[in-house]
Amino acid sequence: MPDRVFAALRGRPRLALALLAALLLALPFVIGAGLGNSWVRVLDFVLLYVLLALGLNIVVGYAGLLDLGYIAFYALGAYLYAWLASPHFGLHLPIWMVLPLGAALAGVFGVLLGAPTLRLRGDYLAIVTLGFGEIIRIFMNNLNAPFNLTNGPQGMNLIDPVSVGSVSFGKPLEVAGLTLPSTYLYYYLFLAATLLVIGVAMRLQDSRVGRAWAALREDEIAAAAMGINTRNVKLLAFAMGATFGGLAGGLFAAFQGFISPESFTLWESILVLCMIVLGGMGNIPGVILGAVLLTVIPEALRYIGDLQRATLGHVVVDPSDLRMLLFGVALVAMMLYRPAGLIPSRQRKREFGAEDGVAEQEQSDLYDARA
Amino acid sequence: MAELLRVAGVTKRFGGLAALDEVTLGVNEGEIYGLIGPNGAGKTTLFNCMTGLYSVTAGQILLRGTPIHGLKPHQVVKRGFARTFQNIRLFANMTALENVMVGRHTRSRAGVLGAVLRCARTRAEEAAIRDKARALLDYVGLKNKGRALAGHLSYGDQRRLEIARALATEPTLLALDEPVAGMNPTERRQMDELFRKLRDGQVTLLLIEHDVKLVMGLCDRVAVLDYGRKIAEGAADAVKNDPVVISAYLGGEAP
Repeated sequence: MPDRVFAALRGRPRLALALLAALLLALPFVIGAGLGNSWVRVLDFVLLYVLLALGLNIVVGYAGLLDLGYIAFYALGAYLYAWLASPHFGLHLPIWMVLPLGAALAGVFGVLLGAPTLRLRGDYLAIVTLGFGEIIRIFMNNLNAPFNLTNGPQGMNLIDPVSVGSVSFGKPLEVAGLTLPSTYLYYYLFLAATLLVIGVAMRLQDSRVGRAWAALREDEIAAAAMGINTRNVKLLAFAMGATFGGLAGGLFAAFQGFISPESFTLWESILVLCMIVLGGMGNIPGVILGAVLLTVIPEALRYIGDLQRATLGHVVVDPSDLRMLLFGVALVAMMLYRPAGLIPSRQRKREFGAEDGVAEQEQSDLYDARA
Repeated sequence: MAELLRVAGVTKRFGGLAALDEVTLGVNEGEIYGLIGPNGAGKTTLFNCMTGLYSVTAGQILLRGTPIHGLKPHQVVKRGFARTFQNIRLFANMTALENVMVGRHTRSRAGVLGAVLRCARTRAEEAAIRDKARALLDYVGLKNKGRALAGHLSYGDQRRLEIARALATEPTLLALDEPVAGMNPTERRQMDELFRKLRDGQVTLLLIEHDVKLVMGLCDRVAVLDYGRKIAEGAADAVKNDPVVISAYLGGEAP
C-alpha cells in the first residue's frame, strides 16, 4: 500500500509537496491529540536538533572537517539571546534583532576557532575542536566573577519568550476558536527556521562554494592546485556551520526561558555528530532522519520504565542506562550494515559501496603496479 | 619568442639533502618543454616548487617576469599556471563533469550570498561553468563521460580528465607530471596528439616524462635533471646524444 502511494506521488511533485506541507502543519495537533502535549515539546526539540545537525553537516558532511566542539556555537547563540533579552542586563531587544546577532556572533567565533586549526586534519582536528567546545562551556560556567556575565553554573533565567507584535509565544494563543499552546507556536517558528536552513543548505551544496567544499573533502592538495583557496573555504565552512548553530541556540534560549552550561556539554556535540553519521553524512534527508530518530527514541524509551513498573512492579533496568546501551548497539550495527548512513548521500554511497568499492580498489592497485 | 617561465638558481633542501641544486631554466611561450631525468632527479620537486606546494630554499621562479615562488598554490593557478599530478589526484567521488567544474573555481566568483539567493548573475555563471566544463571534456576526448565518477574512469581517461580539469583554470602554462605513464602505445599516440593540439591552442606545455621517444618527438626543447642538478638543456636531438646525459641514464663515471 505505501508503495502504491509513493508510486502515485512520484509523477506529481506538487501534490506530494502539498501533502507534506499539510502533514507538517497538522503534525503538532496530531501528536498533541494522540500522545499529549509533552510530545509536542519533544517535537520542538526534534526541530532544534535538525537545525543543529544541518549546521554541523556543512562542516563535517560537506567540507569533511571533523568538528567535535560544535555545541559551542549553539551555546553562543543561546547566551547572546539571554544577554540581550532577559532581566540579566535589563535588555529586552526584539527577536528579529537578537536571532541574527546570535547567528552572526556564532559565525564570527566559527572563524576564530577555525583559524588555528587550518593545518590540522582528521583526528587532530577533532581533538582541537573538542577542546574549543569545552573552553566555551567552561567560560560560561565561570564567568560569574569578577563581572557577572553568565551567572555561572546557576545559568540564566527568565529569558524573554519570542514575541511577534503583541503575540507572545510564551502564552497560549487563541485563534479562530482554537487554542494554540506555546509549544505549538514554537513548533511553527522552528519549522520555518528549519525550512529556511534546509533551503540554504541545499543551495550551498549545489553551488560553486559547495563544489569547493566537496573538492576539499576529497583531496585538499588537488583542491589547492585547482585554484581553491583552501584556507578561506575551510573558514567559510566553519562560519556557515556555526551560524546555523547560533541560530538554533537563540531559538533554544527563547523556547526554554532558561539556559545553563549544562546544556552544552561534549555529549551534546557527540550526539549531533551521531545524528549526522547515523542518518547519512552530507545528505540532507539523511541528516534530518538521524536527528529525528536520535531525539525521539530516547524519549520513547522513558516509557520502558513505566512498562516495567506496570508489569514487574518495580524498575529493573533504568531507562537511561538502556538508552546508552541501545545507542551503542545501534551505532555498532550501523557501522556493520549501513556504514554510509541510513540515507547515504550519492557520494558516500560510492565511497562505502561494497562490490563497487572492491572492484575499484583492485583496479587502482593494478594501475599502481603498472605506473 | 618571449620567455614565459624562468627558474633562476632554485635550490630546495630537505634537511641535509639538496633535492634541487641551483637549477636554472627557461620556458618560452608556445613551446613544449620537456623535463627528463632518472628517478629521484628532482623533477617532481621542481614542479612542486613552481606550483606553490613547496617553498624554495633559495633562488627565484618568475612567470612573465613576476616572482611566483612564495605564492600559495591557488595564487599560482590564478596567474595562469596549472598542473597535473604524477599519481593522479582527481576528486574520485565526484563525477567527471564536477571535477572539471571545480577547475573553474578561480575563474568564477559566486559566493555564499550568490549561492543562497541564486540571482540571475549566479545562475548565468553556473550555466557558463557547466558549458565550459562540458566543452573541455569534449576537447580532451571524454565526451559523454561527464556523468561517470572520476574514480570509475579508465586509467587513460583519468589522465585526460586531470588535464581537462587543469585546463578549466585557463592556464597559459600547463605543467604535466608524467601524463602518459602506464598507458599503452595507442593511448600514448592519442595523448601526443592532444599535447600538439594544446600547443596549437596557445597553451605552453611543461612536461615531465620518462618515455624518451615521446619526449624527443614532441618537445621543442628538453632539460635533463640528475641528482637535483641540470646537466643538459637544449634541442631534443642534441640532448639525446649528450654523453653526460647518456651516462646519467645508463650509469657510469660522473663527468
